[in-house]
Amino acid sequence: MSSSPLMELKDIHKSFGNVDALKGVSISIKAGECHCLLGDNGAGKSTFIKIMSGVHQPTKGKININGKEIEINNPREAIDVGIATVYQDLALIPLMSVSRNFWLGRELTKKVGPVTLMDFEKCDSILMSEMDKIGIKLRDPGQSIGTLSGGERQTVAIARAVFFGAKILILDEPTSALGVYQTSNVLKTIERVREKGVAVVFISHNVSHALAVGDKFTVLSRGETLGTAKAGEIDFQELQLLMSGNKELSELKK
Amino acid sequence: MSNDVKNNSNLRSNFRTVMLRPDLGAIVGVILVFLFFFLVARDTGMFSLEGSMNWGIVSSQFIIIAVGACLLMIAGEFDLSVGSMIGFAGIVIAVTSVVWGWPVWLSIISAFAISMAIGALIGYITISTNLPSFIVSLAFLYILRGLTIFIAIISTKKTIIGGVTEVAQDDWLAPIFGGEIFTGVFQWLAEQGIIQTFVAGTKAGQPVVSGIPMMMVWALGLIVFAHFLLTKTRFGNWIYASGGDAQAAKHIGVPVNRVKILMFVFTAFCATVFATTQVMEFGSASADRGVLKEFEAIISVVIGGALLTGGYGSVIGAALGAVIFGVVQQGLFFIGVESSLFRVFLGVLLLLAVILNTHVRKLITGAK
Repeated sequence: MSSSPLMELKDIHKSFGNVDALKGVSISIKAGECHCLLGDNGAGKSTFIKIMSGVHQPTKGKININGKEIEINNPREAIDVGIATVYQDLALIPLMSVSRNFWLGRELTKKVGPVTLMDFEKCDSILMSEMDKIGIKLRDPGQSIGTLSGGERQTVAIARAVFFGAKILILDEPTSALGVYQTSNVLKTIERVREKGVAVVFISHNVSHALAVGDKFTVLSRGETLGTAKAGEIDFQELQLLMSGNKELSELKK
Repeated sequence: MSNDVKNNSNLRSNFRTVMLRPDLGAIVGVILVFLFFFLVARDTGMFSLEGSMNWGIVSSQFIIIAVGACLLMIAGEFDLSVGSMIGFAGIVIAVTSVVWGWPVWLSIISAFAISMAIGALIGYITISTNLPSFIVSLAFLYILRGLTIFIAIISTKKTIIGGVTEVAQDDWLAPIFGGEIFTGVFQWLAEQGIIQTFVAGTKAGQPVVSGIPMMMVWALGLIVFAHFLLTKTRFGNWIYASGGDAQAAKHIGVPVNRVKILMFVFTAFCATVFATTQVMEFGSASADRGVLKEFEAIISVVIGGALLTGGYGSVIGAALGAVIFGVVQQGLFFIGVESSLFRVFLGVLLLLAVILNTHVRKLITGAK
């Protein structure tokens, strides 16, 4: 594991009009590391990952990639520097086939006379072998994404991001809408991706899912970082406590 | 045993694939419609060369605008200004060529340029305001119709401008829209006695069908182009994605706004093709031309299996939807049924198509 961080975000602020969504968030992400970003609803997780993926630009703060300061002005630029985001429900387009989804935006083409066509043969055969590697059995590459389960969709989206050279993979609540079995499949995929040296940023409000795969845990609360802990330094109780703003759930019931 | 199971599941999956073809409904519809009219209208001359030409031309007109509406609907947008655009483009051609004396080719090119620019504007407003295109294009339905009548009235004090045939006589571009091809073949066929000839009048001795009108050629050309673009190119993939889930497509780097605006431009292009062929055919432009065409285009597309919500559909389906439209409209005329019933039929057909499509969508997306 290299010691210098792959991506650093320092003192990120973001305001929407009068609302301060982020009030100084800093994290550093290393290759081959799964960094969990935890926080309750409204803690600023979504805003933060949208800044990482170029959807929003920070009001204040610095973004470094490989020690060099950069600006990420749109999702395309984020993809160009190797940042890929898999959104909870925006990952894939259900009406389109698995193959069309997988290659969307980076379609393989071939020249036939004067026109450039999609090379479906090549697209489909690469897709099938990639799907095989991550353990998804497809009837055919033309079957629609809508016919896959939620876990399979997440897995396809992750496989796609890694296939296209993502160095930093941001996963937005990949397991929040899934059952136990599907969740374990997605967590296994994350594990596999991490071993390839990809940095994973795992956003969740489910502490047990995070503990299952995380190397580091950063807790966000009301737009601020409460601190970062390494795996083994912190347990379920403490993380849960931090996320709930120092109030135990049992306490809240009173 | 396991082989049986496998065969069975293959069969089921093949069956599923066929069932999920967006154009399946339209294919079945076309077969039924032809079967029906073949049984009841065989003796009316509906399926003679002349009769076929009749419903063929009407179908081609529907196809030209349905193809544009189809790609736009798959990209997730509507254009209700198509009918007004048809009237507008026609008047632009007639005013510039007949009243202002421009060469006809320049008038036609100008009409295309202006219409497509307006199409781009409708798209731009839709994208930048985030309003439904339904509303934005509805505004343009009125704006364009009003402008069309205004332009016609201030330049000629009439709403119908004739005399285009005369000024278009030696034009090089006009025949691309108003001419016919294969006239020699039809003349030859008539001489061989294979096609009938007129027996009296100024056209005596000429074949009853003198050639394939350019309108049909345009319809066919647009089907091939749009089908190819949609299913075989990367841009086609972006059209599906823009309508399927614009947000997801944007996140992955698809230029959704550009795709949508270009589809509005293409719809305007198709409307102008329609307008130009009509102006060349009639030799005149009328400010009220194209009324309700936008809905006929959308109905064709929906009968063709496209989802109103975008992201799914077929150009072939839309074209077949347009053929159903054309055959039924003209067929009712051939069998002497009151033509107002055509609209009743359309309404019922539209309803059935939408119900079927909604069901198909549930099958594809796996929604319960």
